[in-house]
Amino acid sequence: MTQLKKIEPPLTMDVFTAGLWKENPVFVMMLGLCPTLAVTNTLENSLGMSAATIFVLVGSNALISALRHLIPKQIRIIAYIIIIATFVTIVDYLIQAISLDLHNKLGAFIQLIVVNCLILGRAEAYASKNSFTKTVVSALGMGLGFTLALIALGSVRELLGAGQLLGYQIFSSNFEPWVVMILPPGGFIVLGAWLLLFNYLQQRKIDQLIVKDQASHCSISSN
Amino acid sequence: MNPESLSFIFLNAFLINNFVLALFLGLCPFVGVSAKRDTAFNMSLATIFVMFVSSTCAYGINLVLTKFNLEFLRLISYIALIASAVQLVEMILKKFSPTLFRALGIFLPLITTNCAILGVALFQTSREYDFFQSVAFSLGAGAGFGLAIVLMAGLREKLELSNLPNITQAAALSMMLAGILSLTFMGFSGLGGSTA
Repeated sequence: MTQLKKIEPPLTMDVFTAGLWKENPVFVMMLGLCPTLAVTNTLENSLGMSAATIFVLVGSNALISALRHLIPKQIRIIAYIIIIATFVTIVDYLIQAISLDLHNKLGAFIQLIVVNCLILGRAEAYASKNSFTKTVVSALGMGLGFTLALIALGSVRELLGAGQLLGYQIFSSNFEPWVVMILPPGGFIVLGAWLLLFNYLQQRKIDQLIVKDQASHCSISSN
Repeated sequence: MNPESLSFIFLNAFLINNFVLALFLGLCPFVGVSAKRDTAFNMSLATIFVMFVSSTCAYGINLVLTKFNLEFLRLISYIALIASAVQLVEMILKKFSPTLFRALGIFLPLITTNCAILGVALFQTSREYDFFQSVAFSLGAGAGFGLAIVLMAGLREKLELSNLPNITQAAALSMMLAGILSLTFMGFSGLGGSTA
């Protein structure tokens, strides 16, 4: 199999940007929801979590891609998980050394990056099949897409839930904070609201396209 | 109520700090496998079992690791333990109860990446529970997961029959529902006189 030189499609910007928007891990593929909702009660936590996830995602996927011909197919999942767990242990101790405060805020969710389906999913679907450089670029794109989603959630929740952004007061003291936003239900509701907005925008795009052709209206809108 | 008592640990994991709705653990199966009540129920049974097995084993492993000062290996050994526990459950079920095995089928391997299970193992370690407290904690967490996913499946089955706008398709609606469920579960936070 290895002698067969496959012609790989060239490395383009698409590999990088796919993760940002078209295949956004959170909004489109619904991967890695647990940390997305659990730690986005403030923007600071969101950024810390994103940095940790990007580190683990890029590091583990790069290593898996480099070892992809050496790992036997039958035990690949457990091998991937061990590699991921190693990187998570590194990042856990790193954060503890850099900022104990952030470590306490994120709590067990740093260690739970191991079971973030985003990382294992990308390892299985992308890193095990593609070259080292492409994997790194794609992982960076995915990681930034994940960051984008976390920022989208974290900023809304902190702004409405505390009237602040990164600890700076945005609204005057007359603003009554929506405490529910920083509590667990707020996470679900804000993510739901973002998804509703995206669905609405997509629906409007489709509607504009079919205004020209009224006859096909029924068949498309049922999708 | 004494926060160290077994009944409080169970109730705390079951209702007050429900794993899915308050701690956001195990969301992937919660969204993915909650379309039908039957499958949701079977899934939660399998999860409770794996949770129980892995939490008891994790207690033992942690004792050994602490004895030899190897705490940095904790995460790797826990995840390997869970993967093997799932494999073990799969083999036992296949041998002794083929009917249940067929009913659970594809959901069994998915349990490995359920963060609720790793969460139970990690939390019981960081809270320094003893053996019986760990058992109560894992059973409570499993039951809480089952309750949340079955409730969700029931709601989603009802919604299938109702007339909804187009934009609420797929995950958006599930998230909104989960938010409302989570709000109702916050009502339990006064239970036991402690808001942990």
